[in-house]
Amino acid sequence: MRQVVAALAAGILFGLGLSVSQMTNPGKVLAFLDFLGPWDPSLALVLIAAVTTAAAVFRVARSRPRPLFATSFQVPGRRDIDARLVIGGVLFGVGWGLVGWCPGPAIASLALARWESAAFLAAMAAGMLAYRLSPLARAEAPKTELTR
Amino acid sequence: MAEFTPLSALIGGCLIGGAAGLLFWLDGRIAGISGIFGGLVEAGAGDRYWRVAFLAGLVLGPLLHAAVTARPPAFVVTPSLPLLVAAGLLVGFGTRLGHGCTSGHGVCGLARLSRRSLVATLSFFASAVVTVFVARHILGG
Repeated sequence: MRQVVAALAAGILFGLGLSVSQMTNPGKVLAFLDFLGPWDPSLALVLIAAVTTAAAVFRVARSRPRPLFATSFQVPGRRDIDARLVIGGVLFGVGWGLVGWCPGPAIASLALARWESAAFLAAMAAGMLAYRLSPLARAEAPKTELTR
Repeated sequence: MAEFTPLSALIGGCLIGGAAGLLFWLDGRIAGISGIFGGLVEAGAGDRYWRVAFLAGLVLGPLLHAAVTARPPAFVVTPSLPLLVAAGLLVGFGTRLGHGCTSGHGVCGLARLSRRSLVATLSFFASAVVTVFVARHILGG
């Protein structure tokens, strides 16, 4: 129960951050990605501030033996760089560049009650299912999770 | 449209990073939104509640923001349904294949100094920039 409330609080904070920084606006994201247009560097500052803040809190969190409300830290344990990582990133980037939405802002944009985000999210869910059903998912190496 | 908003970008970024930190500190979870959402879509994930709670918060955040600011937020998105669907499919498939998106690899991964996440982040930023260049300056969208 505490875990669920904590996740809700973190989600609200995350959505607030996306809204305050206007990352929920695809036009603003595309204005960053378009170096030849009237370039808007805002997204870079959002990322730098987010990474720095997260790194600081992660450091404090990892100084404790375990999370406050859970038994272990769930950290991706993989270190290898494979083709899937790069190809997946490239495919995601093409979709991101076509419209200006990545998963977080697309979900947060449901707050604006626009049909566009519902359409995008339905297609995104379909894309995830397509991956799940593809031979690629079956060939996937088992997930290794590092506990602590 | 393309106005630089450094202050709100920094404040928003700190909130995003703080949120990711909070989820890790309290629940021990990485705030990777494609993974949290994908865990719901894909059957078999036993831990649904915290995922639903986080995603609900993601929608509540902007509502809260709108409640305290008087004017509606600037919002420009393509009206093309085929484009939205194509982009959504690519984002869904690509983030699962590459194990993460802007939040999981971009924010959390870079904060953890993960080499995998750095490679993923460079991959999707590069391809997004090329996509926008082709769409806007070669095809002329």
